Amino acid sequence: MEYALALLVLAALVAAFVTVPLRRDEVAADAAAADRRAELEAAKEAKYREIRDAELDFRMGKVSEADHRATDRELRAQAIEILERLDALEPEVAAGRPSGGDR
Amino acid sequence: MNPRRKRKVRAVVLLTVALLLAGALVYTSFSAATEAATPSQLVTAADAGRSYELTGKVVDGSVERRGDDGLRFAVRDRTGQTAIPVVYSGVVPDPFREGREVIVEGRVRGGTLMADRDSLVTKCPSKFSEQKGSPSS
Amino acid sequence: MAAVGSACLFVGLLTAVYAVGAALYGALTARRRWIDSSRYAMYALAGLVVTAFGLLEVAYLTSDLSFRIVTQSSSADTPTFYKITGMWSTQEGSLLLWVLLLSIFSAAALRATRRTMRETVPYATAVLGGIAIFFLALSVFAESPFTTFAIPPAQGNGLNPLLRHPAMMIHPPMLYSGYVGFSIPFAFAIGALITRRTGADWIRATRRFALIAWTFLGFGVMLGALWSYSELGWGGYWAWDPVENASLMPWLTGTAFLHSVMVQEKRGMLKVWNVSLIVTTFVLALLGTFLVRSGILSSIHAFGASTLGAPFLAFIATVLVGSVVLVLVRLPDLRSEARLDSLVSRESVFVLNNLVLVGVCFVIFWGTFFPLISEAVTGTESSVGPPWFNQYVTPLALVLVLLAGIGPVIAWRRATLANLRRAFLVPVALAAATLLALLVLTPAAESVPSLIMFTLTGFVLAVVGQELWRGVGARRAMAGESPPVALGRLVARNRRRYGGYVVHAGIALLFLGVAASSAFVDQRDVRLRPGQTTEVGAYEVTYREPTARFLDDRSGTGAPITFGAVIDVQHLNGGERFTLDPARNYYAAGDGSGPMGTFGRFFQGESTTEVDVRWGVRRDFWMAVQPDLRALIAPIKEANRRFADLPGDAQTLVLAAIVDGYRRDPPPATFRTLVSPMIAWIWIGGGVMLLGALLALWPTTGARERRVTSVYAARLGRELSRA
Repeated sequence: MEYALALLVLAALVAAFVTVPLRRDEVAADAAAADRRAELEAAKEAKYREIRDAELDFRMGKVSEADHRATDRELRAQAIEILERLDALEPEVAAGRPSGGDR
Repeated sequence: MNPRRKRKVRAVVLLTVALLLAGALVYTSFSAATEAATPSQLVTAADAGRSYELTGKVVDGSVERRGDDGLRFAVRDRTGQTAIPVVYSGVVPDPFREGREVIVEGRVRGGTLMADRDSLVTKCPSKFSEQKGSPSS
Repeated sequence: MAAVGSACLFVGLLTAVYAVGAALYGALTARRRWIDSSRYAMYALAGLVVTAFGLLEVAYLTSDLSFRIVTQSSSADTPTFYKITGMWSTQEGSLLLWVLLLSIFSAAALRATRRTMRETVPYATAVLGGIAIFFLALSVFAESPFTTFAIPPAQGNGLNPLLRHPAMMIHPPMLYSGYVGFSIPFAFAIGALITRRTGADWIRATRRFALIAWTFLGFGVMLGALWSYSELGWGGYWAWDPVENASLMPWLTGTAFLHSVMVQEKRGMLKVWNVSLIVTTFVLALLGTFLVRSGILSSIHAFGASTLGAPFLAFIATVLVGSVVLVLVRLPDLRSEARLDSLVSRESVFVLNNLVLVGVCFVIFWGTFFPLISEAVTGTESSVGPPWFNQYVTPLALVLVLLAGIGPVIAWRRATLANLRRAFLVPVALAAATLLALLVLTPAAESVPSLIMFTLTGFVLAVVGQELWRGVGARRAMAGESPPVALGRLVARNRRRYGGYVVHAGIALLFLGVAASSAFVDQRDVRLRPGQTTEVGAYEVTYREPTARFLDDRSGTGAPITFGAVIDVQHLNGGERFTLDPARNYYAAGDGSGPMGTFGRFFQGESTTEVDVRWGVRRDFWMAVQPDLRALIAPIKEANRRFADLPGDAQTLVLAAIVDGYRRDPPPATFRTLVSPMIAWIWIGGGVMLLGALLALWPTTGARERRVTSVYAARLGRELSRA
């Protein structure tokens, strides 16, 4: 008896919780844009980290000047590309509000 | 040598080395291994000079301590009564008791297993097994 | 209460099923809401399992004996620490622990990736949910921790005395955290393969989890070795026992994985290798969980067949086969973006490091499963012992330490002669000097492998030192800071790199300890009478007097009777002098109907060794005693005859008298002594590795990250405007 009661109560609680996203209005466009932005931000951070690592390697004498210049140029070009893609996103994100319940 | 050819050569060399090492591994494992045996197997047919790894249960009432760090006990089949006496010296693991399962290595001489020093292993009792029950505190 | 707990698990199972369904539905129809819902379901699952776990702990703490597993592994007078941790000494409790860790890790991973990797996450969720379903199903249908007695027994069994040691109780949560932690990168790898996003994104997203898993698993393995050394009576820390090997194997492939993913991130190579490696690691983790609870291999842990063997094997087989098929199908998406330019490069060193680690893992795997292999091939079951393992692992370990020194400083892509000279001149010189010093000043040459290992340790430490030195120099050139500040900033701003270097230093120290203690140990088993003296290594050892304690539990394990010895140790050169107190605990056996009668049963139960070790940086002095209880047989028989009918209190006095008899008229006792040089460096090295891992894991605060990136944004902006 206690088991059945517990079962029902817990199942109801879980059901209420997991259907929260389902009951939200479909804010696909905003959410998608926000996600894309987050993804690009993460890629940007990773790229900056790579640039810093490469610079440290050069300063420690692990790579020659020529090699470093080539690597650095390549990485910065990739970073710029990410920044440009981020900029392209700006208007979309500004238009809609990022969805709440972002858990 | 062009790069592709170089890569092929590298791959072949690597593979050959790996196979040789694996071969050595396999060969030595078979030649260095000790055969596992139960008491009934040893009692009926044991090669005198060969090393065996005996597994079974310690027979109740058979444990006798002697001398410095000597131990005599008998090991029987897990399910059965055929037993073989064991003469052992060395570290006795903490869980060692009558009725427990043990593993011990040695050679058979005159119907008795002359165990290698320190080769006694006792299995931890009832931690995860079908029978629930562990000794009291 | 048990009903609520049980309900939590059952609803948890349903929730996991829903999570898998919602994730897949959301992925296939590209509907975000369902993917979010599946993530919420995994959060809910974590909540449910935490609740169930909490309820069970409450049952333990209140010694609620209506719970079957509480009766099995605890009692009212069990010390609190062992009450809390006793849960996972049982099959059901340890499964629940696994599920708990899995649900928490999964919830954390899904929360961290809730806004990124939109295509991959649903499939990763489905994989994690699927694993949860398996373990929950086992818990709900086969081995429920919430089984109760209608009538609770009067007394609990208490925790098995052999497990009453802090390390032994922390060991399972550490190992399981390791095993579970690797399920995260595994799930994301599967997701990446399904969605064909096989770049380095899944690696970056799960890197922290892989490192956390590696750290926990390594710590767990270390704890096991430490327990073996300081608790068991043989004085060793590693026996190549199947259960030890089962926990080491995923750690080895996990280490390989942590290195090879760096190559994929940097150069887009080794994609097939990386996914295969994480699949292997996870399968080995499952295998490790399975081996301890099955009867397939003879070991101190495994015994009898448990009911879980078949389902586990089926699950492992499914995971393995499914993953292999998926990798094969996606091979076209896993092509390398670059090629190996030169054999003398960091990529090459990492590949070699991986091959060595996987090689060691293969050796261990072969040796561990050899009983089954030999049975299949020759019909007779046979096994290989430590000498066989050592024969192969020793040279591979030497290569590994060498690579740990080369890897950090060799250049990517192609190392030029100039680069090599600059990188290795000083470390090689220092290593050579070390070698010379060892040859001239120590007997290290007696063991060639040890000599080589010592030299390589010097090499690795020199490399790490050089890196720190040069890094500080670079910072001073860039920012003009004083050396301590430069060092602090250098390490703080490059935590992953320097954390890794610290780990390398740690492993070099660890192997230093292994080599020294294995090659130069002095062991003696000797039988001494009180007052007798003997010589062990460079020490004079005297058995001063026996000890006998009754209801005076000094080790915190609840043992009623302890017999031991006071040992005086004196270095032959006169300098060092110390006292040791090895002992043996005796617990009572069930009832008085055994062969030894009413009083004998107090000596017939479990008995555990209390080793005494004098730790030292240069050497450990380890001692264990095996008291000879035959002298007590007569007094016990006498007591049985005369006092068996006395009430409990009076019996206690008689027992105290018997125990005291050992002290008054002591028989000779057998002692094992070990003098192990530098064995403490194994634990020190492990500690250093842990520190390095923590350093690498330490998150950068948001503020610092923003400051750094804004600097770069500004510079890039300047470049953009120029371009």
